[in-house]
Amino acid sequence: MTNKKTVTITYREALKQGLREVLINNKKVFLMGEDVGRYGGAFAVSKGFLQEFGEDRIMDVPLSESGFVGAGIGAALGGMRPIVEVMTVNFSLLALDQIINNASTLLHMSGGQINVPVVIRMNSGIGNQLAAQHSHSWEPFYAHVPGLRVVSVGTHEDARGMLATALQSPDPVIIFEYTSLLNMESEITLDTGPLDIDKAKVRKEGKDISIITYGPGVYKALAAAEELASSGIDVEVLDLRVLNPIDNKMIMESVAKTHRVLIVEEAWRSVSVSSEIVARIMEDAFFELDIPVRRLCGIEVPIPYAKHLEDASIPQKEDIVESVLNMMQHD
Amino acid sequence: MEEKEIHAGLIIDKKKGLELLHKMILIRRFEEKSAELYTKEKIRGFLHLYIGEEAVAVGVMESLTEVDNILSTYREHGHALARGVDSGSIMAEMYGKVEGCSMGRGGSMHLFDVKKRFYGGNAIVGGHLPLAVGMGLASKKQNQPGLTCCFFGEGAIAEGEFHESMNLAALWEVPVLFLCENNWYGMGTALRFSHSVQEVEKKGAAYGVESAAVNGMDVLEVRKAAKTAVEYIRRTGKPYFLVCNTYRFRAHSMFDAELYRTKSEVESWKERDPIPTLANALVKNGQIAQADIDKIEQRVKAEVQKAVDFAEDGTFEPLEGLTKFVYTTQP
Repeated sequence: MTNKKTVTITYREALKQGLREVLINNKKVFLMGEDVGRYGGAFAVSKGFLQEFGEDRIMDVPLSESGFVGAGIGAALGGMRPIVEVMTVNFSLLALDQIINNASTLLHMSGGQINVPVVIRMNSGIGNQLAAQHSHSWEPFYAHVPGLRVVSVGTHEDARGMLATALQSPDPVIIFEYTSLLNMESEITLDTGPLDIDKAKVRKEGKDISIITYGPGVYKALAAAEELASSGIDVEVLDLRVLNPIDNKMIMESVAKTHRVLIVEEAWRSVSVSSEIVARIMEDAFFELDIPVRRLCGIEVPIPYAKHLEDASIPQKEDIVESVLNMMQHD
Repeated sequence: MEEKEIHAGLIIDKKKGLELLHKMILIRRFEEKSAELYTKEKIRGFLHLYIGEEAVAVGVMESLTEVDNILSTYREHGHALARGVDSGSIMAEMYGKVEGCSMGRGGSMHLFDVKKRFYGGNAIVGGHLPLAVGMGLASKKQNQPGLTCCFFGEGAIAEGEFHESMNLAALWEVPVLFLCENNWYGMGTALRFSHSVQEVEKKGAAYGVESAAVNGMDVLEVRKAAKTAVEYIRRTGKPYFLVCNTYRFRAHSMFDAELYRTKSEVESWKERDPIPTLANALVKNGQIAQADIDKIEQRVKAEVQKAVDFAEDGTFEPLEGLTKFVYTTQP
């Protein structure tokens, strides 16, 4: 019996519920990361878990990103189901060797003998005035690498439901979660459970223009769509959700439906996820387009501290509205 | 069978003596053949020969059982052979054939055989040490009996991953044998130009890891030291750091003019060649005769030829299989 009743929770609480559920359901699952235990998680996602699950399953680790991410990969090889939390995506650069040279290659290099069922969660994104070293959007980096599955948690529903499915994957999964969304409240249905990690999802149906986005872009696009509705523009919002491998089919279906595409992402524009989407649309749906695809991306600058500069460095709702209005003038 | 004291109080019977000799000679001849096949362009890519260091792999493997995990470096033919990975499957791998132990995806640097718990063939210096810690952690969490033996060269000790891994292994008390093969050169840079403290075994103390160094040119001394190390790990569940001081007789790889060391240095180490060292001791002790050694050579010759024939007869993966093993199931 499914329960379609809804509950209003924060993004943080949704992440927490998803995490708690997998820890309860599978004894092979354990969480390891910087400050996940005694501190309660840098973002309080695992608060209280040490008391509930014990030291063996909620492991505080030293500041050794390469060491503990590698150890998580090794534990996966050894039959466990580790969830490695890298406190923020910025620090994951110190573990790139492990993620790219080991996690993503071992299945292939071993001729299919070795699976690497590790899940690596990273808090990510821009918007808290944390300046250039704590505000990275490395989704395109990881999405570039074959062998990794990369998902971006842009909604409360996915915050609640993606982790359980990621833990079913025999291959490494990188999960991007977003600091800027943690305190945001939204409704999810009470029966929200495991959700696929293969497909993009239409968050709002529309017929005039497709906004293709992921991560923090999703709610911004939905807010923009709501505003644009009052101007009589019916926007479709497609949340990519999965950045590697990309769900080509959903993208092309949306293009074929609306014939106009705006891509929104916070990552820097050059060699980004949006670059890839544009290229794929050129290859597979060029003749469906009424006007050229447009992009709103992160401005190519190390992210500044000052609030007004930081805000200006990533796409905002107003930018999306303006771009759509502009694009809809072409007829 | 009668056991005799051959030197330094190391006890060995004839059967064991012949077995150790056979394994070392197999590695030696297998690699000499590999070098020959490299010049004939049957083997391509990088080929790093272990010649001179055979006593380490053979001596250490004596103490390991089928429940133990092994991780190695890109100079791993010797470890794979000593572990019992089929010589034909190794040669076929170097030929790039689908019958290879990694189905032709790895080559010389990435030999894998999960049935033998042989986890590579890892070619980023130091990158597999965190994996070993994780595998040890998985064993501990699941109360499994095996330990994880991780071979690496002294070059890895300059990597941060060595230090992170030693700390984590000691902190978590996991059963890992850190097995350093000190051949004095990281590619062409001597230890004295890389390390402020050159008695590398001393580095274990900083992490509270039990450590020792041994003459790696003598299989019986390695065997004894490894036995002590392995017994310690099995008894305590804690890591151990064993340094085997050895020497690579051949160039770093097939592209090395050896400008960084003198011929006389190489010659002086060759006087300590582990194969004659053991053979002469057994002969001097009256345990074996030259005829026994000749018999081993004949047996090894046939074995190497069989491996080459197997590789020659192998097949190449059809191009349709190019993207196999990127993900467990193709998304």
